[in-house]
Amino acid sequence: MVENRPMTTFISHSVLIIGVALIVFPIWIMLVASSHDALRLTEVPLPLLPGDQFWENIKLLFSSKTFGAPIHLSLLNSLVMAMMISLGKISISVISAFAIVYFKFRFRMFFFWMIFVTLMLPVEVRILPTYEVVASLGMLDSYLGLSVPLIASATATFMFRQTFLTIPDELMEASRIDGASPMRFFFDVVIPMSRTNIAALFVILFIYGWNQYLWPLLITTDPDMYTVVMSIKQMLESGESEPMWHMIMLTALFAMLPPVLVVIFMQKIFVKGLTDSEK
Amino acid sequence: MLNKSIIAASITAALLSGAANAAVEVNWWHAMGGTNTERVNKIAADFNALQSDFTINAVYKGNYTETMTAAIAAFRAKKQPHIVQVFEVGTATMMAAKGAVYPVEQVMNDSGVTLNKSDYLPAVISYYQTPEGELLSMPFNSSTPVLWYNQDALAKAGVTDAPKTWDEVSSVSKKLVDSGMKCGIAVGWQSWGLIENYSAWNNIELGTKQNGYAGLDTELTFNNKHVTANLQRLADMQKDGSFTYGGRRGESLAMFTNGDCGMWINSSAYYGSIKGQAKFKFAQAMMPYDSTVASGPQNSIIGGATLWTLRGHDKEDYKGVAEFMKYLSSAEVQAWWHQQTGYVPITTSAYKLSQEQGFYQENPGTDTAIKQLSLNTPTANSRGIRFGNFVQIRDIINAEMEMIWNGSKSAETAMNDAVSQGNKLLRKFEKANK
Amino acid sequence: MQKRVHYNSSYLPYLLVAPQIIITLVFFIWPAMQALYQSFLLEDAFGLSSEFVWFDNFVELYDNPRYLDSFVRTAFFSFAVAGLSMGVALFFAALADRVVKGAQGYRTLLIIPYAVAPVLAGTLWLFLFNPTLGIMTYFLDMVGINWNHKLDSSQAMGLVILAAAWKQISYNFLFFVAAMHSIPKSLIEAAAIDGAGPAHRFRTIIFPLISPTTFFLLVVNIIYAFFDTFGIIHAVTAGGPGNSTEILVYKVFNDGFVGLDLGGSAAQSVILMFIVIGLTVVQFKYIERKVEY
Repeated sequence: MVENRPMTTFISHSVLIIGVALIVFPIWIMLVASSHDALRLTEVPLPLLPGDQFWENIKLLFSSKTFGAPIHLSLLNSLVMAMMISLGKISISVISAFAIVYFKFRFRMFFFWMIFVTLMLPVEVRILPTYEVVASLGMLDSYLGLSVPLIASATATFMFRQTFLTIPDELMEASRIDGASPMRFFFDVVIPMSRTNIAALFVILFIYGWNQYLWPLLITTDPDMYTVVMSIKQMLESGESEPMWHMIMLTALFAMLPPVLVVIFMQKIFVKGLTDSEK
Repeated sequence: MLNKSIIAASITAALLSGAANAAVEVNWWHAMGGTNTERVNKIAADFNALQSDFTINAVYKGNYTETMTAAIAAFRAKKQPHIVQVFEVGTATMMAAKGAVYPVEQVMNDSGVTLNKSDYLPAVISYYQTPEGELLSMPFNSSTPVLWYNQDALAKAGVTDAPKTWDEVSSVSKKLVDSGMKCGIAVGWQSWGLIENYSAWNNIELGTKQNGYAGLDTELTFNNKHVTANLQRLADMQKDGSFTYGGRRGESLAMFTNGDCGMWINSSAYYGSIKGQAKFKFAQAMMPYDSTVASGPQNSIIGGATLWTLRGHDKEDYKGVAEFMKYLSSAEVQAWWHQQTGYVPITTSAYKLSQEQGFYQENPGTDTAIKQLSLNTPTANSRGIRFGNFVQIRDIINAEMEMIWNGSKSAETAMNDAVSQGNKLLRKFEKANK
Repeated sequence: MQKRVHYNSSYLPYLLVAPQIIITLVFFIWPAMQALYQSFLLEDAFGLSSEFVWFDNFVELYDNPRYLDSFVRTAFFSFAVAGLSMGVALFFAALADRVVKGAQGYRTLLIIPYAVAPVLAGTLWLFLFNPTLGIMTYFLDMVGINWNHKLDSSQAMGLVILAAAWKQISYNFLFFVAAMHSIPKSLIEAAAIDGAGPAHRFRTIIFPLISPTTFFLLVVNIIYAFFDTFGIIHAVTAGGPGNSTEILVYKVFNDGFVGLDLGGSAAQSVILMFIVIGLTVVQFKYIERKVEY
């Protein structure tokens, strides 16, 4: 603290607490709604405090297949998809960034721009042609189909490139003098030095993968392959009845939990990796 | 996990019993969410249990537009399902795709399965027939808009009967508001209720060429003075709350079941939901007609969806499709489906069966929809509508209507704009489907 | 910027870039080319017949007032989302920078919205502001505001901006906090000794020093608002009422995915692609320059 003004500090805390409460309020309401029964959620005003139906609702959610796929299966599918996307993307981009930064070879810039251009067209925009490619490769209704097309993006490659550029050249020269091969240098120096970035990227990509909506919706037809996020919107489409808000909110809670836990538990390293890469 | 092991076990069993006995798989993509998913699954499971030659796999693919897009994308990639459920506004798009669609009447004839067309309600199948009378898709879930009303609220306002005309709707709404209701009337699926069905019910045309039945060179004409006057009346009724807008689809359901609005025009298929939520006495009546346009109502048109068969599979598969279609439209299945969901029975025999079972006595008013559909022999104006790109056109109509409701346009301007944008899409469709 | 020294190998670099290049070619370049080609076609939904129509699809867009409106609307939406989320984040960051105790706790709570899927965030806000049932609608009604975003265009726009900004506050907050941390304490102390109060110091020292971060965040937020808000709009308003919340990416989806007008939708994608190229070049130039410092 630069100076000690108890009053200002007190005000800062109060404002922060109110502000944070406002930001978290929607999440609180989600918790509250998931602990009431369906009828209570059609009566105005809606509750502000939790009810006693939480465990009942959980039992219903896990025992019923009314809401699309069985939830434990769709949670598993989301997990596999998110892991494949995050790990897959990190692996392919860390090696391609290494090649682009540390090697001189023909078409280097051409490759770089080819990768870079993928930043420019989000999935929503090229979804139908991509679907046709995936279908012709026989990858519908599979984990590969869910994840591989979303791995084709430049963000991670770009981030690694930025990081590698900040690794002092002396390290590479020293390694070369020691007679180490490029791959040895890669595993002994480059990877350890990018640990924070890899962790930060993992968090970002895990969330990105987990939160996908339109893509899984289009390419899965087998309910056993449904992901949890896409099932939320399905539940909103309730046909000729009021949406089952208590079940939607409960499913939303489960759909939100894994990415939230990842970001909270890895927050220190995530924040460091995220903000360092910008510099 | 349990599921997978059951599947694994049944696959093993199938392999052991020899390939010759393996059932032919038939895929059916549908858009029945919520509790209807279970009902659809039951229909498929019952059919599978009944015979051993075919297995129907019912797959829920999201809402109507998502299901249709998924099927079309799958067709382009040659991974199409055998059967896809398409909503009524997608009819023209499906019809135009001659190389992709296998008309259901042909499917049944080619497989030697009889189709008794005379048993189907004319107002239901006329929506899905070619001008020559060939049935293109199998009606499955059909409904029609009716007038839902809160009997307690009407009684409190001193009204004994449900309004029959729009003039009466206007005065009853006023009385409801005066008696302390928050709003008089709300409407769900507004384009379907206030434009498409308004026109059919009052026997006026929605577009040239018999509402598109007689050719792709059709033009929209619903910017006529009747439609616009009625919409303007509703817009004006908003001032004192006599009319309240509550969303493009069925979102206004809660406004009715909460007791905010005393009347609600929307699909008959909301019966189950209203019954579950309303804490007051409610009933359904026929939609109001416009006494300045017609001397009485004609017949209403349906909404909902039908099952289309897509080409590109083995002949043997289509035999399964035909058998399933026959099972699906049997009186027992249809009567059960109708009584569970509130959709109308699609055949006369299913309607009769429901009568015999005493369903209408136990649930008074549940036959309003079917009476409304079969009130008169359908005319060119009330047979249905067949406009290309109608999914997008309906989107435009909805947007323009919202501009009437929030006061940024008059009903006349909004309908003129909707018609001119809609006609552009019709021309585009005509060009793409030459 | 490049390394001074490089490895030389005849095959290794190709091997290393191969996986990404193959995936990019198969799942990105090829479908993108298809989209480009599609933008010159008039085709029926099933792809049974198609006609090469040159720039018809683009001309049609140019003639369509609804499309041009969508442009203006997208710009407004993007700046509003960026402004709101950055403003709130900056405010929180400035406060959090002052407090020592509990800063960790605030951060943990503030970070949560970042992890929430857009569709989910949309669902959540829709539930809060549901015109008939929502708890916020109820509170607003008590203070005399009649909330119905299904009817009122500006309320609908307000709601999607709020939901979109809510999700992005976390991200902006983290960057602002980091930027403020990197300001030398001595600078601030010197100003404090000169008698400058916290507000004055913020205005004259902190804000100018974090302006590079602010600019970076502006670009990131605008790109976010352009594309990643699709799920929010899809769940909350589906573009309505009227077309008042139909932003460009939603229109691409709506025309292609719902309306099955593949050519028109592809033409819009191509235009979007050019916009993003522009934005990316700005961002790229900026990052390159910063790295050289």
